[in-house]
Amino acid sequence: MIRLNRLCAGYFGKTVLREATMEFLPGKVTVLLGPNGSGKSTLLKAALGLVPPMAGEVLYDGVDIRRLKRRQIAQKAAFLTQSRNTPSIQALRMVLHGRFPYLTYPRRYGGQDYAIARSAMDVTGSRQHEDTNVAQLSGGQRQGVYLAMALAQDTPTLFMDEPTTYLDISRQFEMMQTARSLAREGKAVVLVLHDICLALREADRIAVFQEGRLLCLDEPDAVYQSGVLEQVFGVGVYRVNTPHGTQYYCAPQQIPGQRPEKCSDT
Amino acid sequence: MRSLRIFSTRHSDGILWVGLCVLTLAAAALSLWTGAVKLGPAQVFDALTGRDAASTAARIVLYSRLPRTCGAMLAGAALAVSGSVIQTVLDNPLASPGVIGVNSGAGLAVALVCAAAPLAQRYAPLVAFGGALAGVLLVAGLSRHTGASRMTVILAGVAVSALFSAGIDTAVTLVPDALSGVTDFRIGGFTGVTMAQLAPAAGLIFVSLGVALSLSQQMDILALGSDTAQSLGLSVRSVRFILLVLAAALAGAAVSFCGLMSFVGLIVPHTMRRLLGERSFSLMVSSALGGAFFVTVCDLLARVLFSPFELPVGIILAFAGAPFFLWLLFKQRGVRT
Repeated sequence: MIRLNRLCAGYFGKTVLREATMEFLPGKVTVLLGPNGSGKSTLLKAALGLVPPMAGEVLYDGVDIRRLKRRQIAQKAAFLTQSRNTPSIQALRMVLHGRFPYLTYPRRYGGQDYAIARSAMDVTGSRQHEDTNVAQLSGGQRQGVYLAMALAQDTPTLFMDEPTTYLDISRQFEMMQTARSLAREGKAVVLVLHDICLALREADRIAVFQEGRLLCLDEPDAVYQSGVLEQVFGVGVYRVNTPHGTQYYCAPQQIPGQRPEKCSDT
Repeated sequence: MRSLRIFSTRHSDGILWVGLCVLTLAAAALSLWTGAVKLGPAQVFDALTGRDAASTAARIVLYSRLPRTCGAMLAGAALAVSGSVIQTVLDNPLASPGVIGVNSGAGLAVALVCAAAPLAQRYAPLVAFGGALAGVLLVAGLSRHTGASRMTVILAGVAVSALFSAGIDTAVTLVPDALSGVTDFRIGGFTGVTMAQLAPAAGLIFVSLGVALSLSQQMDILALGSDTAQSLGLSVRSVRFILLVLAAALAGAAVSFCGLMSFVGLIVPHTMRRLLGERSFSLMVSSALGGAFFVTVCDLLARVLFSPFELPVGIILAFAGAPFFLWLLFKQRGVRT
C-alpha cells in the first residue's frame, strides 16, 4: 500500500502540493477532486516518484520511495497519464511494454508476457484491436490500449490522471465501471477527475484539494454533506433520488450573498 | 500527427532491408565505376581484387573512389541513425543533428583543433565527438532545465547552431589553411577523403550503432513519453543521456571526415518512420541502410550532374532536403509544438 506523509511537491522550486497526508486503500476507488492547479496531478506524480518530494515522504509498503529503484516502483504502481504520445506501433506491442518492469536480460517478451498483455486487453475491451496500429485507433480505443498497458504491469495500485476527460459519455461510464471492477479485485484505484457528479456517484472515497492543500478525505456522502465542494468549486451541488438511484447535479450558486470566502480573497 | 505505417507485417521489414541493401550496393558499385575518368567494370573489379594494383585505374579506384564511396555510406548511415535517435530522445520530429547544433558543434571542435594544432588532425573523430556532445547536451540541458516546449528546443538548437557556425567561420577566416584537409567543410562533401581518415571514424560509428541497436527496447519505451516511460520502470534520465552520447558519437564521427552535412539526419528517419512505423530497431536499421543509400546516390549525382565539374554533395542534399523540411514544418503546424 502507498502512503503519503506530509508530502510537499512541485516543479522548478515552486511548491504546488503542500503537506498532503493520505493513503490509497486496496479495494477502493479513490477520486481526487479540485480546481485546476490545486495539486491533484502533482500528487499523482509525486506518489509515483516522477517528481521528487520537497518535504515529507512517500512510503511503498513502509519503504521510502527514494530508496526504491524505478523498476521496483513500476512493479507496485502503474500510471495512466493524461497527455500521451501515440507512437505508430501495433496495439499489442504497446500493451506488452507494460511487462517492461519485469524483463530481465536479454529483454525479450515471453509467452507469459503475451498472455498477460492479451488478458489485460480483454479487461479494457481492446482485444479486437490487438493487431491494429495505435495511431489508427480512435481516442477512446487508444485509451483502452493505454489502460491495458498499465494493467499489464500487474500492480497493486493504479493511478489515472483524468481518464475520462477526452471520452464520450458512454465511454466515461465504461471507464468508471472498469475502475470499480478493478477495485473489486483488490487493486487500489486512484483517479483524478473533473466531473464532481461522476465522482460522487462512483467513488468509494473522495479527496478534495484546494490551492495545494488536501481539505478533506472521506466517503462521497460525507463529502457531499460537508459542503466542501460548494466552497471549493463555487457552484451548487445537489442530489435527487431517481429511478436510477441517487444522482448528483451541479448548478450555478443561487444565493448571491453566499459566495465562498476562499473565492473572494485573491 | 505521426504518420502511419504502410507495410504492416514483420516480413516487410526484411523485404525493405534487403531491398535497401541491394540498392545501396548498386549505388556503391556505380559510384566506384563512374567519375571524371572513364573506367570499365573490369578495371574496377581488377582494382578491387588487387590485380594490377599499380595501374592508374587501380589508383583512382582505391585511393579516390573507394574511400569516397565508403565515406558516403558511413556518413549517411551514421547521420540518419543519429537523427532517429535524437528525434526519439527529444520526442521531437523536427529535431536532427543538423538542426539542433550537433553537427556544427562537431564542426567547430574540428575547426578549432585544426587551426590550433594541425598535427592533431588524426584525432578528428574524437574531437568531433566532443564538440557534438557539447552541442547536444547544451540544447538538451537547456530544454530540460527550463521545461521548454518542443518548438523552443528547436529554436534553441538553431541559435546554438548559428553560434557554432560563426565560430567555424571565424576559425576558417583567421587560419585559412585550417580545414584544407576537409574540402567543402561547411557544406559537406567527400572529395579527398582518405581511408586513413575513415578508419577511426568507422570504428566509432560501428560501436555506437551496435550499442544503439542494443538499446532499441528502451527507445521504444522512451517513445511513449517521459512520464509513461518512467512509470514503466525506465530510468529515463540515464537512458536519454546514453542515447544522446551515442547520437553525438555517430554525428561527430561523420562530421569529422565529411563536414557539415545537413538534412540526412532529418529526411531519412522520417521517410523510414513512414514506411515502417516506429519500432526503434527497425527504424534504426532501415535508417542506416536508407541513409547510406541516399548519401551515396547524392554523391554520385554531385559528380555526374555537371561533369567534369563537381558539386559538393551537401548542395544536392540540401536541394532534396530543404523542401522536405518545409513540407514537414507546415504539416506539423497546429499539432503539438
